Amino acid sequence: MAGGKMSTPLARVRGLGAAKSGTEHFWRQRLTAVANVPLTIAFVLILVSLLGRNHAAAAQILGSPLVAIIMLLFIVSVTTHMRIGMQVVIEDYVHDEPARLVLLMLNTFFSLAVGLASAYGILKLSFGVFGV
Amino acid sequence: MAEIKAPAERPLSPHLLIYKPTLTMMMSIVHRITGGALYFGTLLVAWWLIAAASSPNAYAGIGSFMSSFLGRLILLGYTWALVHHMLGGIRHLIWDTGHGFSASEREWLSLATGVGSISLTFILWVFGYLVMGGSH
Repeated sequence: MAGGKMSTPLARVRGLGAAKSGTEHFWRQRLTAVANVPLTIAFVLILVSLLGRNHAAAAQILGSPLVAIIMLLFIVSVTTHMRIGMQVVIEDYVHDEPARLVLLMLNTFFSLAVGLASAYGILKLSFGVFGV
Repeated sequence: MAEIKAPAERPLSPHLLIYKPTLTMMMSIVHRITGGALYFGTLLVAWWLIAAASSPNAYAGIGSFMSSFLGRLILLGYTWALVHHMLGGIRHLIWDTGHGFSASEREWLSLATGVGSISLTFILWVFGYLVMGGSH
């Protein structure tokens, strides 16, 4: 990332720009974007394969190890990606400082809540398969 | 130098409204809008998973909502937003590598995002109805 001709050897070793963490969000957004491509395709395939099935069949498929792990990865990657994305949108459009801070907090709360609620659902299905 | 004038009518910094709409600009705007829609669309995913983890009744509940006209419309919009944002994201990843910036490549990539997202959504829904065997 860092390390153009303008930076000192020490800065190149540290790999940090003037803002110390300036590229962290950019990098994490790309990292999750790349992960989201195969995970989203898998999510859509799982969804289509569950169409028209009753609850028992859907619960069994969603709770099976491979599907559950893919779904968990999908949820973690997507909610991280969307939190950073919405943060950028808020920072772009909301110039009033208190409102911006409140919205940034709500953004984190929402992303975490949706992510954990979804993960809870997957884990409950997954651990419930042999438990019942 | 002598007198202080009222603020002159200087041109403001370039803003969206003064540009002629272009394809790349529209795709950029749509990318952000679909991202925002998907943000709230995750509520559907959470609802679906929690319902599946709760009870057959709860699962039937989301199933009947998604079978309604409004549910189908939301699901169609969600599908298109998901595909469009993914294709737009791939376009951005290509641009991140420093490629695809010539005028013809920009236009082609933007057009491919739009045409691709509509086509893929159509194919997915036809496939979905086939999987369900036309039972709904």
